[in-house]
Formats: sequence, structure tokens, C-alpha cells
Amino acid sequence: MDTAATSRDMLAVNGAEKSFGAVRALAGVDFVVRAGECVGLVGHNGAGKSTLVTLMTGGTKPDRGRILLDGQDATGSYGFAAAREHGLRCVFQELSLCPNLTVTENTRIAHRSISGLGWRRRAEQVIRQKLDEIFPGHGIDVGTTIASLSIAKRQMVEIATAFSESEAKVRLVILDEPTSSLDATLAGQLLAYVRKFVGAGGSVVVISHILGEILSAADRVVVMKDGKVVAERPASEFTVASLVAAMGSVVRERDAVRPARDQSGQTPVLAQTATGPEPAIGFVAYPGEIVGLAGLGGHGQTRTLIGLYRDQGGDWIARRDSKVAFVAGDRHVDGNLPLWSILKNLTLTLLPDLTRFGLVQHRAEAAVAQQWRARIEVRTQDLDNPILSLSGGNQQKVLFARALATRVPVVLMDDPMRGVDIGTKQEVYAILRSEADKGRTFVWYSTEMDEICQCDRVYVFREGRIVAELRGADIAESHILAASFAEQAA
Amino acid sequence: MRTLAAKPWFWSFVAAFGVWLATILFTGGASTIGVSQAALTFAAFSIIVGLGQMFVITLGPGNVDLSIPSTMTLAGTVALKVMETNDGLVLLGLILAVLVGLCIGVVNYGLIKLLRIPPIIATLSSSFIIQSTAIWYNRGIRIKPPATLIQFATGTTLGIPNVALVALLISVVIWVLLEKGIYGRRVSAIGQNMRAARLAGVPVDGTRFATYVLCAVLASLAGLLLSCFSGGAALNMGTEYLLSSIAVVVIGGTAVAGGSANVPGIWGGSLFLFLVVSMLNTYGASAGVRLLLTGIIIIGVILAASRRPLA
Repeated sequence: MDTAATSRDMLAVNGAEKSFGAVRALAGVDFVVRAGECVGLVGHNGAGKSTLVTLMTGGTKPDRGRILLDGQDATGSYGFAAAREHGLRCVFQELSLCPNLTVTENTRIAHRSISGLGWRRRAEQVIRQKLDEIFPGHGIDVGTTIASLSIAKRQMVEIATAFSESEAKVRLVILDEPTSSLDATLAGQLLAYVRKFVGAGGSVVVISHILGEILSAADRVVVMKDGKVVAERPASEFTVASLVAAMGSVVRERDAVRPARDQSGQTPVLAQTATGPEPAIGFVAYPGEIVGLAGLGGHGQTRTLIGLYRDQGGDWIARRDSKVAFVAGDRHVDGNLPLWSILKNLTLTLLPDLTRFGLVQHRAEAAVAQQWRARIEVRTQDLDNPILSLSGGNQQKVLFARALATRVPVVLMDDPMRGVDIGTKQEVYAILRSEADKGRTFVWYSTEMDEICQCDRVYVFREGRIVAELRGADIAESHILAASFAEQAA
Repeated sequence: MRTLAAKPWFWSFVAAFGVWLATILFTGGASTIGVSQAALTFAAFSIIVGLGQMFVITLGPGNVDLSIPSTMTLAGTVALKVMETNDGLVLLGLILAVLVGLCIGVVNYGLIKLLRIPPIIATLSSSFIIQSTAIWYNRGIRIKPPATLIQFATGTTLGIPNVALVALLISVVIWVLLEKGIYGRRVSAIGQNMRAARLAGVPVDGTRFATYVLCAVLASLAGLLLSCFSGGAALNMGTEYLLSSIAVVVIGGTAVAGGSANVPGIWGGSLFLFLVVSMLNTYGASAGVRLLLTGIIIIGVILAASRRPLA
């Protein structure tokens, strides 16, 4: 690629590298957005899309590499303010409006230059004009609070706010899954507006799991994988199929394909009936299998796991012979009890089994903890050390032991290997397999393809529901990618 | 010594001992027994209510029981009125006091859970209802306790006030619950991270419910004891325990943010709180100065104690 900056390069990222701990999110990425073009950015979980976007919006700095604005090196001084001043706007997947404020008031927050007497009237004008322009006939009253708007209308306001101008001119808008809550008509209106904006010399970056949308809106498509740009071509040279192929790896050998099991005679240990429009696929899990939950991050996998967990009750009276245990992925939010020792963190779920007449049997508790410390090799001098004295990977092992030490037949795992080093991962994989062979069931949400490919059966999620069920030899990256990305908006 | 100083309750005892020494040295040692007995007696009431408040505060940010004073008043009033100075009805009075506590605990958690009201507001508003009930039930008459109960509450055994012995007995039970029981483990887990506790199988609602009930029952027992000790149930008798139930928990080194509690600190905090007031009385400080200094000293102890590293 020609890295010599030209004046048409509105924003360029050169050789960007970024690591978070052991995870290498960006491994030398070159990315350019020129004036008057729309760039589509696609890739599966962990490909580095989000990191690249955060880099461009000034939310994080690269470990190595440069950021150029209009051909000028701006790496040193780059940040939120510089990006915004330069005309860069971003619409995030997680909506960023204040729910208790009105549409107008939210516009005022986005535009510092609207101030002084009469700000309300001017802000109203700015946002109403933009809404009319992008979504004609939108029917949004700008005087209502965000909380009282439907999710689709919130997203429309979010998009209109990003494109709206008061003082600084908007030159580049990054749209991260902009149509996730919009119906086909609204999505069409947005894409038409994007083309118009680009035609007038603006720039847009679109990230979407709907590949048809990318292909029709973008001039150029950039495909990322494993922190690198693996393909970059004009949109006209891609088809949906070739795009899916580009996101996948270059045919990697799998160690062994697990044969599909015959489960016709078995009774499921856990089941959830399907809801929503056809094709509705229900969730079932049989004894001794590892069920993978795949798809792009945030498409309903965690919610399904927590639903499966809470369905079992236990908020008032501790469950006797509980059916499920939960292994958290977001350790700090869902897992760790930060004031406690490793030992107390490890035995929490097992506690009812270690209790007699309401009193915890300390000797039995210590014995169980020692046994699991040896089995999963928690690296510590003393189990009485605080949990936070452990490295992230070892904390995660403790959370695994918390669930595995119990007698529960089903273990739910919410992408537990996030930010865990490869050595620890291999150790845990081996334990999972041996536990499954003994008859335990694992329901495993993972954003990593390698992990999904170790499962016996896989459900692929998209937009909050199961859209595909894969088993045996069908569990392959290409199939998972194809199901994770929709061809057209529903 | 280092490990002792690292205990969260250490500073409350240092402070209590210091104030005790300053008081008896001022009187040349003549008041040693008197001051000590008075301290144990008066501290006993704040220890009993403080133990309940300790569990509630340990449930995590936002959890506090503000209905303790009115619960004490209502339990004392109901029990004394039913007993009608009749020695034969002592057991009935005791059972009634516990029942009053049970009901208040149920109502408090009902408000918190069903109506989704923050605990501070829920217990504050229920305290108005409880206080009004006590006023309506009592009609302003000061009811006398049965003679045996007066004797017990004001008496001593082997030189130690009986109320302090009751507080000790309750403290031992609470200590076992907290340090050895699954219940204490669960309260601490909820206080550190409620979401993580729930996902680890802790029955969050059941545990929180039990905690608010326990706190109300302890307040009821303290109310009964206090009304017997002071010769009758008065409508304002619980007032000072609103602040002191919280203060002794904090001074005693229980984490205000929840998740970590200890029983000895409640004793240190309660003794300290009473001794400060009695020391300033001995020095002849006026009421205004007394309150001012009490406030400053409490802040000082909390500052000293909060330097400790996280346990």
C-alpha cells in the first residue's frame, strides 16, 4: 500500500501497534480514509476493529505507529479534543445519549459552541434540520426525553447528532453498527444519506455485521483479522461470499474433528425454548457435551447465559443440589470478591456442601481448596493471600475452580478466557475436556474461534437469538462467520 | 504487635483505653470502678444495636437501618405495657419484644424489595410509622417495668453489670455467625460485589432479608433492656442510638463501603463513645463544648483507623 500521505488522506493510521497485557490487539495496521469516500470495516471478534476505532477517535494512543491528519503527523497531540476539532464524529454501538435529557439538550451537550441566550432554540434547529435531512418523516419530537423514545429513535437521534454541525465542520463520521436497531426502510434512508454526505466531500467509516449493507454503502472495504489488515479492495470486487472468506483464516488444519453425536435418545440437562420470529432454534444441552455459543460479541450470548442461570432460582433460599454454576468472564464485575483471600473466593459456590448446622467446616474447606490448587496450579505461596495478589490468569483459574469444585452437572462460561495467557488457556482446556468426559456439561460463550472449534456443538447468535446450530464437521470458521454476519438487514 | 495493630478494631481499643486513663487519672484513681462499671453498662446498649447495624452496613453501599431508635421505643413500650409490672409475664414480654423486631424487619425489607425504595429512605419512613405506633399505643404514660427486670437490668454479677453480660453473650453468638457461619460469609460476599455473589450461588435476597430482621430484633432486645434499666419506656429513649449505632460500627473498623466487619470493634467503639462523654463531663465541659469535642474526637479516631491497609 502506498503510505505516502496525500492531501486527500483525511485521516491515516500508519503501522499502528497496540497491546493490552498479553493480548496484541493491533499488530501493525495501516488504515486510510480519504475525503469523499466511504470505507467499510469488517472482521470477526478480536480482529482489532474496536481498537482501531478507539485509536482514531483519540480514546487511546498506539504503542507504536503514527496518526496523520490531512497528511500531517499528529500522533503526539492526538486525543478526543484534537479528533473532534478536526471534524471527526463517532456513533457508538452502546448509545451514548443521556436518557434523562431531551433530544435538544443532548444536542447542546454535543455542541459546546451552542451557548448563551437562546441556546435551546438554536440546538433545536440544528438537530431537527439534520433529522429531517437523514430520516424524512421521522416523527421525533425533539422536546421529549431520550428515555421515552424507542430504541430505534434513540439510534436515529444519535446518528443525526453525529452528522449535525454548529461551528466545526463534520468531515469524518465513524458508524459502529449504525443500523443494529433500525428497520430496513430507516437503514436505507441512512445509507442514502451516507452516499450523499460522501458525494459532498465528507468521509465515513462503516462497521456492520450486515455485509450487504457494507457492500452497497462503501467504496472500499477493509477486512481485519488478528490485529492486521488482511484484505483491502474496492467494494465492487467483493461479494458476500468472498468477504466471509477473507475474514476467515487461510485454511488452518484442525487437530481433530469431533464426530457429531447421536443425541436422539438422551434427555437434555438444560433446555430453553425458542422465542421470536422464524427460524427459531431452541437451546438444549445434553450430559457430557461442550456447547459453544458463538457469534459477534454482544449479540445476546451473555444474556442467554445469565437467563439460564437465573431460571434456576436461588435468590431467597440457597439451592440444594443446584443444576448450574457460572464462570464469569468479566472478573471484576461478575467474579472476584476483592476483599477476600484466594481460599474464600474459591469455595464460595461450594459453601453449602461444606457447612454443617450453619457453620463452615474450616478443615474441609481448606482441604478442598488445596486439592483444587494442585489440580489447576494456582500460582501462589499461600491460599490465604488476597485474590487480587494473583495475576489475571490465575484469578480466572480460581473462578473456574469455584464452579468445578461443586457437584453441578452444568457449568455456564461467559467468555472466561478474555485476557488470559496461552499457557493458562491450554491447561484449562484440558481440564474442561476431562470433566466433560466424566459427564459434565459446559455451555461456553467464547469470542475466540479456536475455542468455539473445540466444542461438540455450537449455537451461533445474531441480534439476540440463535440463528444456526452446527455440529461435528460443520463447526468451522467459515460456517460460523457466515451465520454471524447477515447478508441483508432483516 | 504488628499483626495486632493491623487488626481493624485495634484503634478503637487504643482510643477507648486512652480516654479511660485520662478520666481516672483526673480523679486520681478514685473513680476507677465507678467509671468502668458505668462504661460497661451504657456501652452495652450501643453494642447490641451496633451489632445489628454492623451486618446491615456490611451488606454494601446504601445499606443502613435508620429505624433502630423507633424500634427500640416500640419494643420497650409494647413489652412493658403487656407485662403491666407483673413478674409472671416476663417471658411473654420478651417474646413480644422479639416479635415486634421480627415484624419491623419484615416490613423494612418488604419496602426495600417490593417497592424498590433505597434502604435509607425505606427505614427512615418506616421509623416514622413505628414511632407513631408507639405514641398511639403508649399515650404518653410512662409504664413501669416488672420489679425483677429492673433488678436484673440495674444489677451486677461478680462486679460486672448484667446488661454488659447480656451484650457479651449476644456478641459471642454474633461473632460465631460472622466468622464461622455461612451467613457471615454470604453477607460479606454481598457487600463486596452483589452481582458476583448472586452468580456464585449466594441467596442474595434471603441473606439481606435475614440481616434486616436480625438488626430489628437486636434493636428490640436493646429497647426492652434499656426501658427496664431506665425504669420505664419513654418515647424519646432511642434517639441517641441513631447516630451511635452507626458511629460504633465505623469507629470499630467495619468497612463503611461494606464487605468487611468485625465484632470486637463494636465493643471498642461503644466503650470509647461513652467514655469520651464521661471524660468531658468529669472535666466540667459545658454541653456545647462536649458535643463539639465528641465530634472532633470521633473524626480523629476514624482518620487514625482508616490509615490501615485494606485487609
